[in-house]
Parts: sequence; C-alpha cells; structure tokens
Amino acid sequence: MTRSDVQLMLDVKAGDEQSFELLLQRYRTPLVNFLYRMVRSREQAEDLAQEVFIRVYRAREEYVPSAKFTTWLFRIATNLALNSLRDHRYQKMEMSIDAPLTADAEGGDERPFEVADKHATVEQDLVEQERKKMIRRAIEKLPEKQRAAVLLHKYQELDYAEIAKILSCSESALKSLLFRAYEVLRVELAPLVRQGMK
Amino acid sequence: MMSCTRMESRILAYVDGRLKESERGDVEKHLAACTACRVRANEFRSVNDLLGELPMIVPSPAFDVRVRARVAAEPVKQNWWAWMWPSPRIAFAASMLLLAMLWVGYRSQPVVPVIPPEEADASLMQDISVMEDHDTLANFEPLKALPAPVDGEDSDHQM
Repeated sequence: MTRSDVQLMLDVKAGDEQSFELLLQRYRTPLVNFLYRMVRSREQAEDLAQEVFIRVYRAREEYVPSAKFTTWLFRIATNLALNSLRDHRYQKMEMSIDAPLTADAEGGDERPFEVADKHATVEQDLVEQERKKMIRRAIEKLPEKQRAAVLLHKYQELDYAEIAKILSCSESALKSLLFRAYEVLRVELAPLVRQGMK
Repeated sequence: MMSCTRMESRILAYVDGRLKESERGDVEKHLAACTACRVRANEFRSVNDLLGELPMIVPSPAFDVRVRARVAAEPVKQNWWAWMWPSPRIAFAASMLLLAMLWVGYRSQPVVPVIPPEEADASLMQDISVMEDHDTLANFEPLKALPAPVDGEDSDHQM
C-alpha cells in the first residue's frame, strides 16, 4: 500500500531516511517544473528545488501534520522562488528587452522530452516551437504572484483552499487573482485563442 | 440572475470543472443569457488548453545525487537527553561531584561565636581602666598650654 505524504514525513521524523528518498522521488519533478516556470532557468530551478528538500529535511524534527504536505512543500518553494526573483530583479532590469534569449530561457531544455513526430516538416516544427514560445512568454509576463497562482492551479492541480494557504491570501482573493491572470493570458494569447476557437 | 461581477469568481472554476454542483446551474443560466461572459468562458477554456501544451521537464540525473549529498552533510541533531544518554555514568559522576562540592562548601563556612549578654558586660567592665586613663589625659595640664586649633577646624571640641 502506498504511504501518504504525511505518513512518509512522520517516518522521516522518526529517523527513516528511506521515506525521505520516497518523498524526493515523488516531488522532485513537480517541484523542479514549478520552479522552472517561476524563475525561467533550469539551473536555478534545480538549486531552489534542492533548497526546498533540504529545508523539509531540516524541519523534520518539528514537523506536525497540521496541513497537507503539498501545501507546506509548495509554500516553501513559492517563498524561495519569490525571494529569488526579488534578488534577481535588478539584474533583469539591466537586460535589454531585445537581447537575444538564451537556449535555457527559450525552453531549450523542454525539447528533449517532446515526442518527435517523424513526419512533421521543419516548417511545422518551427510553427510548433513558436507557439510554445508564445505560451511561455505569456506566463512570464504575469506578475509573480499571479504566475504562482496559475502554475499551482493548472500544473499542480491544487485546490483553491490549498493555493490560498500557499500564497497567504483568502480564497476569494485567490479567485480574483486567478481571474485577473486569465484575463492577461487571454489578451496575450489572443491569436492562438482565436485560432483554437475556429 | 447572477451578475457579471459575481461570475468573475466562478467562471474559472466552471471552466476547469471545479465548481460546486449547486453553483453550476446558476453559472450556466447566466452564460445562456450573457454573451460577454459566454465568450470569456470559451476563451478561458482555450487558454487552459494552451497552458496544457507546455511539456514537463525532467530534473537532471545530478539533481538526486546533489540532494542526497546535502542531506548526508547535514549535522545529526540530538536533543539534550540524547546527548546525555551515551554517557550516563559520566553524567551521574558529575552530579555527585557537584553535590559533594556544595556540601563541603556549606560545611567550611566560618562560624560566628555567639556571646551571651553576661559575658559581654564582663568584657566591658574590663575596659573601664582604659576609659579612666582617657579622662586623665583630657585634664593633663601641659596639653592645655598648646595653641588653640584654627577656627572651623574641630570647633565642636572647643565648645
């Protein structure tokens, strides 16, 4: 039988290192992806994800299962991501908006995991890449808190109450935050949205 | 009927199927009557589908290795009792030594002798001869011939 996250964490607290390994295997991919979409750098996302796991490990002695494990985990991750973005804001301001983006920032890391269509032409591939680039840029344009809300809602599929706790806001404030984020995305992705509705 | 403003907090939950069954009917009623909200709901659905197109990335193989290395480097936490546990004999010996030191310290304090009042009076009587000598000196003639002390100095004595 699969042990719940809380049970695993309580086992880690009791000194079972193997349970920590199971939590690592369970959450490393969602965590790295969430952080990657937040900070737009794979290397930085992995560094931050490591830090999240270390903080979880360090806090094992004091762990009390008062909330869902994912709430706690993504709360640590969100705070680290927001702090990291704040720290790097000055550097970002110095970057020209027209400067060529690196392969990392353009989602070059995502390519190896896409299923290659052997029959797709080079042109179709370029169109597809352009489409994904547009979606990524639309997410990037969102204010940080809206971005975190969208990522937790769409990719982690957490419920509203959980996301509200992670972002330290009320459930109604979260719904308003998500509504505003989707309004921005609707405008940014208008060409693709219209294309999809035809 | 529900207003467009109230729809704002429900429209996304409706689109992704998270809306409560009780609220779903009200939202659908509003959408049937309001073109703007209907268009918005459809476009939100498209946005949701587009977001789903982004592929997931897989953490690098070095990721797990680095996390494990950092966990292994973490200092082992032990509480006070756990710290004491490996050497209970030393802890007991230290406690006994402390108690012994306290006891010895208490025993070696100087004892102030208590003199009964009768003995104190007898001691005073022994000093009477010295007090008499003081009276003799005070009335000693050659000392009276000495110059008087400067004003302000020892004036009480002059009086």
